[in-house]
Amino acid sequence: MHFVFGVFDWLFILQQSLNEAFDVNAIVFALAAIGLNVHFGYAGLLNFGQVGFVAMGAYGMGLAITLWSLNPFLAILVGVLFAVVFALLLGLPTLRLRADYLAIVTIAAAEIIRLVARSTAMRGITRGAEGLNEFIGPFRDLSPFNPSHDYGFGPFVWRGNQFFAIVVGWILILIFLLLVWQLMRSPWGRVVKAIREDEDAARALGKSAYWYKMQALILGGVIGGFAGMVLAIGNATVQPDFFVAPLTFFFWLVLILGGVGRVWSPVVGSVIFWSLITFVQNLGRQLVDNGYVPTSIMDTSQVDQIRFWIVGIALALLMVYRPQGIFGSREEMALDAH
Amino acid sequence: MPTDLAQLRHEPGVSKPDPILVVDNMRKRFGGIVAVDVDHLEIQRGVITALIGPNGAGKTTFFNVLTGFDTPDEGHTVFNGENIDGAKPHRLAQKGMVRTFQLTKALTKLAVIENMKLGAKYQKGEHFLNALISPIWRGQEGDIERRGDTLLKRFQLGHMRDEYAGSLSGGQRKLLEMSRSLMAEPSLVMLDEPMAGVNPALKQSLLDHVRELKDEGISVVFVEHDMDVVQGISDWVVVMAEGAIIAEGPPESIAANKLVIDAYLGSHHDAPLDFSEEEAILKASDRGGETVGGEEE
Repeated sequence: MHFVFGVFDWLFILQQSLNEAFDVNAIVFALAAIGLNVHFGYAGLLNFGQVGFVAMGAYGMGLAITLWSLNPFLAILVGVLFAVVFALLLGLPTLRLRADYLAIVTIAAAEIIRLVARSTAMRGITRGAEGLNEFIGPFRDLSPFNPSHDYGFGPFVWRGNQFFAIVVGWILILIFLLLVWQLMRSPWGRVVKAIREDEDAARALGKSAYWYKMQALILGGVIGGFAGMVLAIGNATVQPDFFVAPLTFFFWLVLILGGVGRVWSPVVGSVIFWSLITFVQNLGRQLVDNGYVPTSIMDTSQVDQIRFWIVGIALALLMVYRPQGIFGSREEMALDAH
Repeated sequence: MPTDLAQLRHEPGVSKPDPILVVDNMRKRFGGIVAVDVDHLEIQRGVITALIGPNGAGKTTFFNVLTGFDTPDEGHTVFNGENIDGAKPHRLAQKGMVRTFQLTKALTKLAVIENMKLGAKYQKGEHFLNALISPIWRGQEGDIERRGDTLLKRFQLGHMRDEYAGSLSGGQRKLLEMSRSLMAEPSLVMLDEPMAGVNPALKQSLLDHVRELKDEGISVVFVEHDMDVVQGISDWVVVMAEGAIIAEGPPESIAANKLVIDAYLGSHHDAPLDFSEEEAILKASDRGGETVGGEEE
């Protein structure tokens, strides 16, 4: 029942957009942004290397299986452990210093991870640029879904293995949203938010700013690590060159789009971002394919780049007219001006 | 003035009958400048002690060092009979020494009542794992909230309870900061220029609140510029100049102290101008009303 308007296949475009909005990529971005929200939205930590935590989670879990042949649950634990160690490495030297030091260190550390993982010297362990590809078996064995069946409803249809990753991913999102919600309404969350506002005020009232910042860094990092694990299971591979620095800024974008410091915003931001980008991409392709845009101006392969322009402009407009994001509070933003 | 201070000699470093804070041989240098150079100082328990001195005397640095926000190059501090050398600010706060700041630190994006609740000590829900299970901390949270509400009413902030602290006026923020420090049940409150930037009407109410602290048995140390404020409420005054303690005594004795007047106004303030100085002043006023040696603030 395709209804074709002019020559556009609107149903296809919408279906693709909705699909992407709930697919593995959206889940990975949502989880990574939930972690960032703990860092920046609640604790005020400037982490520009969230992709490093994602990489640590993915590699930790992958290596636990390819290298040490652990069972899947222990492998997940190793992924968590990798993220914790990364958080400690970043936090111990920088969290006593001013906020910008963490920012500098994180952006560099995330690149170091990627470069080390893809280096030829590490071939024996990380398989260099080839990445990890032989870890998915034990996870697929856990899947209750038949790999050759389609699952889902309406426009949301996925193959069994993909569907498994998506179900696990959304359960994780739900768990972490609940966790963040509970923590941020507790006295623990109050201390963390106080440190975001003014570290010295919190210290003068007997709270160890350093220790709370460390806890927040670890928590957000571990959530980022889970993003990496979902990515690895969803794609059945861990590729070092996926974890490039700009990815961190897409996580930031998703967070800011939703509204910083609100429990739900990373998820809504991610869903909107991915549906928007897919929508623009598919629409652009059909425009080119049907000759509305002459190939002398743009061909199909260029649509993929143009979509970032258009989404970029849309986001710039959002920031102008709604700087607090979708869920943020304008009143709260105004307080920054003092 | 409390009788236990009446017997004391009026000289720097004099011992007090019941000191809550004792400082020995404290030095803090910034490059070649010695910002703090205190041989011995005792702060009496249960009274209001003012720390005064001209700009640049090292009062705030001394304050920061005492409260752990800055580390001294050398020196020892004893608080409530316990050595606190090198203690971190949050440890000192837990031990009962709570400070406020010259530039008020209201947590603007938290509600006024949340600001208050933050101050309470030993909160079970501040531990990560406990925070996950509400029943562990909910009862204590209720008690803390009631305590916060009582204090807010006392400081005339009850009606602002649920507003963002960022929407308070400058004076209200001073009140909030003072009442918030009481949530930590301190034995010594350190107020860094509590009257700075506060309008005269509110100043009186702030002074009353400081007096109430004393009535509750809390020791108070405060940094102040305004001599009238100092005269009005302090039991004992410590005067700093160029990093050192130059005088101590009850407020009446300080106002008449030659050293103090010299420190504030310069040692030649009452000598007549000579011809060249007069010329310089006249020239400056011709150029358009520039002040000579004008006020710093």
